[in-house]
Order: sequence, then structure tokens, then C-alpha cells
Amino acid sequence: MAEIFGIPVPLLLGQLMLGLMNGAFYAMLSLGLAVIFGLMDEVNFAHGAFFMMGAMFAWMGGQYFHLGFWWMLLLAPLAVGLFGLLVERLMLRRLRGMDPIYGLLLTFGLTLLIEGLFRTFFGVAGSPYNPPALLGGTLNLGFMYLPTYYVFAMAASLAACFGTWFLIERTKLGSYLRAGTENPALVQAFGINFPLLVMLTFAFGSALAGLAGVLAAPIIQVSPLMGSNLIIVVFAIVVIGGMGSVMGAIVSGLALGVIEGLTKVFYAPISSTVVFILMALVLTVRPAGLFGKEK
Amino acid sequence: MSWRHQAPLYLTWLLLLLAIVAPWLGMYPVLGMRMMCFALFACAFNLMAGYTGLISFGHAALFGGAGYLTGLALTSWGWPTPAGIALGIFTALAIGLVMGMLAVRRYGIYFSMVTLALAQIVYFYCLQANFTGGEDGLQGIPRGTLFGLSLQSDRVMYYVMLVVFVASWWFIRRIVRSPFGQIVQAVRENEPRAISLGYRANRYKLGMFLLSAGFAGLAGAMKAVIMGFETLTDVHWSTSGMVILLTLVGGLGTDLGPILGAVLITVLEEKMGTISRFLEHITGIQWFASLNDNVSMVNGAIFVLCVLLFRRGIVGTFNARWGPAPAASG
Repeated sequence: MAEIFGIPVPLLLGQLMLGLMNGAFYAMLSLGLAVIFGLMDEVNFAHGAFFMMGAMFAWMGGQYFHLGFWWMLLLAPLAVGLFGLLVERLMLRRLRGMDPIYGLLLTFGLTLLIEGLFRTFFGVAGSPYNPPALLGGTLNLGFMYLPTYYVFAMAASLAACFGTWFLIERTKLGSYLRAGTENPALVQAFGINFPLLVMLTFAFGSALAGLAGVLAAPIIQVSPLMGSNLIIVVFAIVVIGGMGSVMGAIVSGLALGVIEGLTKVFYAPISSTVVFILMALVLTVRPAGLFGKEK
Repeated sequence: MSWRHQAPLYLTWLLLLLAIVAPWLGMYPVLGMRMMCFALFACAFNLMAGYTGLISFGHAALFGGAGYLTGLALTSWGWPTPAGIALGIFTALAIGLVMGMLAVRRYGIYFSMVTLALAQIVYFYCLQANFTGGEDGLQGIPRGTLFGLSLQSDRVMYYVMLVVFVASWWFIRRIVRSPFGQIVQAVRENEPRAISLGYRANRYKLGMFLLSAGFAGLAGAMKAVIMGFETLTDVHWSTSGMVILLTLVGGLGTDLGPILGAVLITVLEEKMGTISRFLEHITGIQWFASLNDNVSMVNGAIFVLCVLLFRRGIVGTFNARWGPAPAASG
């Protein structure tokens, strides 16, 4: 059997695939955070809770309304997006113009509140959520058997990331958004409804987290606490990538997923902390992050 | 001097008097000690957050890290209690030095995110390390003796904690009013200007972070000694969130705010069972009963309301409405 650094190649490639898949999720989550941050200077701590809501909604849809995966893939992100819209309109908007730390504190409290609410109804035990029958099988990649669904989830996440990039960098709406990031007052003076833009952006970022949640539901156990540790990893990724660019969020998300996967092969005990250690290293060399601009 | 200027002083003496007589008024000493541990932790957090304006989301690592090392020294190495507590403080300082050096380079929300991420390293370390007992935690930490005085009795321990707490509180107050504390506040108000006056802003912020870490460590070490156990909850990010909440409810950047916040939230958590039963009783909605085992949700709700409606906290609101001019920090 072939080996690299004493590690069997199939094992290495297997972790590489899983790392790439995790990375796609990280990318989608940090992208949502980055889009919101760019326009509002606001860090949404509740992003992990929104991710959890997406997965829980998918599970609830199947459990109570017998709606299949494909329906929930559409409906759950919409519901999470709507929820995000309300959060922005009713709460975060009141904090506009204040120190952004209040937004972080508010969304932190919101996270505890949302997770607590789901816990009172569903407990902390995870529930399995089956992938759709169409994607039920496994693929033989030669070096490993990969569930077909994993391939789909990875492709869908990357498609969502690319779609978002395209929307922001290549469309008219995206140009408003980028202009708003640069100078909100001027954008408003040109007759663009900036508060509406902020509200929709927040809803969009939330929906992206919800979509990630639905896609993750068949892979990890659906439970009210599934988002709480994940969001901190995503924060670290965002710090590593820097909040500067959309591409930065995607690239660093993918890269760190892969690095995390490889750490599992080479030195497993630090696999859950490697992202944070890398963050510390990046901060000493480039305080603004790899792709970030110092503000 | 009007009564308004004197109000914080009267309140301080009143609180101290209450704390002294509380065990004789039927208060459970362990609850009182818990309150003081969290109040000290909140005061330590406030030292950083209130006067540098940088909100740390990683203070649990300092608090719990100190608790674990103190516990380890007392249980496995048989160290005397004061040495164990000193080791706890030293641990918090060491973690604080690394965390602070990396975090003070960033501002605002970045600072919060960096401290949170670094604290997560400590959390995962404690989760995996052998000496911490993983999910079970560290059990059976002996209280030992303090200069020949046995700490077994809850009442003795209570007064020792009270002395530690009052001395620390007074010291923290002195720090804020010292030239060092003034410069730190000047940096918060206008960093470029402070730098142009020749102050190395980052060093002052780091200094404040270390002081804050030391007191957070003291609080964590005392908690481990008092409770006799140490669990992962103390290093978890929810504890970092909790200390922010205590300080925010009481009033960020005030002397007495963190204490009031800690007392209020600890009592609330203690009485959650009664409150949830009462709510269930008067509304007839069974769901309220579940609040009892879901304190974090209630904390979350208080957090949201506090940020939206009550950002200055109890003491801050009092000062803004009735207090002296904002120049003198109350």
C-alpha cells in the first residue's frame, strides 16, 4: 500500500475529501458573516444559531409536515432568512450608529435565547435526518467509498458560494452593496434605499446560514446545540481570512477545512484547535488577516 | 456634597454591612460565596471592558484555567491552599499574557472574536487533558487551611472570601483611579492622541488585560477551593458570556455595577425554580416549568433586553439620571 510520510494514501485522501467538505461549509458560513460585516460592520454571533435553525426546520418539516428534503432545501433557508430580516428590522436597526460591540452582544444573547428555546422543545439529543433517496447511495472513488450525498452537499455549498460571489461582484445589486460598504451616506444620497439594502443583506446572510444548516442536516446529527461550537471556528476562520473580501472568506474557509482534515491524520489531538492555533499565528504576522485590509 | 454624590459610598457600606451579617440572617454561605466569586470575576472583567472599552469574550479561560490548576495543585500535589491559589493566579496571568499579546493588536469586535477563539483552545485542552477529568471534571478539591485556620466550616470560608473580595475590589478601584488607570482610559477615549503624547497604547492595554486576568484567576481559584470541584462549564464560552452579562446588567465601567449584576443574576438563577413554578401557576402554561433547567435561555433574554433598552445597566442608569457629572466616574 502506498504511503506518504508513513500515512496510507487512502486514509490521507479520505480525510482530504472530508476536509474539503467541511471547508465548503466553513466557506458558506464565513461568507454569510463577511457579507453582513461588510455592509453593517456587524458581527452576527447568531449565525451559528441560524445554521442550527436551518437544520432543525428541515427536520421539523419532515417530521410534522412530511415535506421532503428538496422542499426543505428551499423553504428552510427562506424561513431563516425571514427570521433574520425580522431580527435586523426589530432589533439590530435600533443599534445602528452605536459601537458594533452592542450588535455582537445582542446577537450573543439571541443565540442563547434561540438555542434555549429549541432545547425546551426538542431536548439536547440529536436526531438523525436521512438524505433524499436519490442521493442515498455511495460512490466508489477508488481510494474510499464516499456517500453520494457528501458529494452533493459539497457541490451545492460551492455553488452557493460561487453564486454569492457572482451576485456581489458581478451584478448591479452587488455593486450597490459594495458601494454601501465603502460609503453608506453617499449611496443613500444617490437615491438607494440603504436601510432596505441592509435588511435584505442581513436576511440573505442568514438564509445562507440556514441553507448550510439544511445541507449539513443529513451529515451531522440535528440538535439545538449543533451550531454553538461551529460558530467560534467560523469566527476564527473569518479572523484568519480577514473581513476584506468575499473571495477571502471562501478561500480561507476551504483551506482551513482541508488543513483541519489533514491534522486529523497527522496529529489528531490538536485537530479541534488547529484553526485557533493558526489564527494566533496569522495574527502575529498579519493582524488584519490574510486577505484583509487594515481599517 | 449632596446625597447624590454620596450615594455610591452609602451603597458600598450598606453592601458590606449586608455581606457581613448575611450568614446570620439565614443566607446559605455557599450561595454568598458563589455570588462573591462571580462578583470578583465580573469586577476583573470590568477592569478590562469598562476602562479600555475592549470586550473580552475569553475570560472563562482565565477563570476556569485558574480553577483547574488550583484544583490540581491541592488535590494531586498536596500543595497548601494559598500556594494553590497563587498557582491559579499565575496560570491566569500566563494565559492572559498570550491572549492579551495577540488580542490587543486588534480593536472592537475583532478583539472579542480573537479572545473567544483563543479561549476555545483552553477549552479543548481542558476537555482532552487527563488531569481535568474531562466531562466529569475535577472532584474532591480539599479546602485545606489558611495560615493554620481550617477552612472546612462554610462560615469561616465565607469570611475569608469576603476579606479576599473586599481587598480585591478596593485594589481594583485603586487601579482605575491611579495614573496608570487614567492613562488606560485616555487611550480608550483617543488612542492616536495618547500615542502622540508618548504613551505606548498597546502596553497599557496589555497591562490592564493582565491585571484583569490576575483577578479573574483569583476568582476562579477561590471558586474551585470553595466549591471543591471544577468542571468544564467554567472554561466554556457560555461562562465568558455570563460575566459580560453580569457586568452589563450592573453597569459597565462602574465600581459597584459588577457586584450588583452578579448578586442579581446569581439570585435569579438560584430562584429560577420558584419563579418558573410561579409563572406556570398564574398562567397555567406548563412550558414555563421548563425554564428551570434552561437558565441560559433566560440569561439570553435578559441579554437581549439589556442591550436594547438598558445599555447603561443599573449603576450607569442611576448615575446618568441622578449621579454626579460624568467626569467623575462613580
